[in-house]
Amino acid sequence: MSKYKVVHYINQFFAGIGGEEKANIPPEMRDGLVGPGMALAAAFKDDMEIVATIICGDSYYAENMENAEATILEMVKSKSPDMFIAGPAFNAGRYGTACGAICKAVKDNLGIPVLTGMYVENPGADIFKKDLFIVETKNSAADMRKAIPKMAALAMKMAKGQELGSPAEENYIERGLRRNIFREKRGAERAVEMLMAKVNGKPFVTEYPMPVFDNVAPAAALKDLKNAKIAIVTSGGIVPKGNPDHIESSSASKYGKYDLTGFDYLTDETHETAHGGYDPCYANSNPNRVLPIDALRELEKEGVIGELHKYFYTTVGNGTSVGNAVKFSKEFAKELLSDGVDGVIMTST
Amino acid sequence: MLKEIERVGLPIVHVCTVVPISLTVGANRIVPAIAIPHPLGDPSLNDEEEKSLRKDLVEKALKALTVEVDEQTVFED
Repeated sequence: MSKYKVVHYINQFFAGIGGEEKANIPPEMRDGLVGPGMALAAAFKDDMEIVATIICGDSYYAENMENAEATILEMVKSKSPDMFIAGPAFNAGRYGTACGAICKAVKDNLGIPVLTGMYVENPGADIFKKDLFIVETKNSAADMRKAIPKMAALAMKMAKGQELGSPAEENYIERGLRRNIFREKRGAERAVEMLMAKVNGKPFVTEYPMPVFDNVAPAAALKDLKNAKIAIVTSGGIVPKGNPDHIESSSASKYGKYDLTGFDYLTDETHETAHGGYDPCYANSNPNRVLPIDALRELEKEGVIGELHKYFYTTVGNGTSVGNAVKFSKEFAKELLSDGVDGVIMTST
Repeated sequence: MLKEIERVGLPIVHVCTVVPISLTVGANRIVPAIAIPHPLGDPSLNDEEEKSLRKDLVEKALKALTVEVDEQTVFED
């Protein structure tokens, strides 16, 4: 059986050309292996062979992305390899981003398996982990000795088209993909075992890790409620009747900003909910149950608050990604601030 | 969404039914609500009672905005 052919991508530093002062060199290709390719080749044994190494300066790539990508793609193509490997880049940001970008370009354009390696906090990991298999390394090249065998093992499986295991089994960074698998034991049994392990202080591994949320320090309290401008925001999907902007009932891709001028309260004729994640009949028959405009207007008249902000912001918090929610609220947080709002009530269903 | 609003320096109070979710997503001022499909209402009450319940909740939320907190705080009764 002939060996699988690999083209390897590295930067100027790992090629031994130089550091930052050489980071502007354009792509070049050399036959055979260079730098970390030696360790890779040793780990491949007789299964795979590095036929060529492409070297490009990190700054050159970052500043000439389109050109560099096109040039490198041609170089890779000319060798018709079975697989493309870049790095490992450890925690080098430009290098990691270049490795990710070129791997994705090769995968998309040439349709061969690609693999890179980097530290989990490398910005390239965040950008490309959904698209690529990225072997998780430590944050410096001191980890080379351990990183290379992990990359080689995964690369061989990929080149041979073998089925890949979980991120933990194969040492790659979680890609956020879910796959259905058959388990020996049913869910209830596994849940009870997990609970028993937890109660007994024994180690256990969740089957559904929660996303990580970073917390923000509480903002200073309102000093003068009587003169404060209060805004109301909801994830409960209250929209003007007919949902004019077509906010989706789940996995919302947008939010709405609607005028409250002239509304002393909401009714089933003026507003409704677009939310598909709860029984809408209570909110539809009386939208104040989610967006309490009637109460806020009374409190405004009584002088408990200075005024209710002219607009309310709304979206559907039903399977909506954290990414989208952050994007929406970053936009309207700025508007709230520039509109002189002092405090915000957010309601969720 | 709460955090991005708080990040620009505006105090925000979360009126919600599922307090553990609110705590997980990082709300700092939390006022527990009535029920998921009607956080600020109760269809089993008559209109007047329901509105007064809602007004109480909103006042509680507003009051929470006036209280300095240095960590996540759930404003119970």
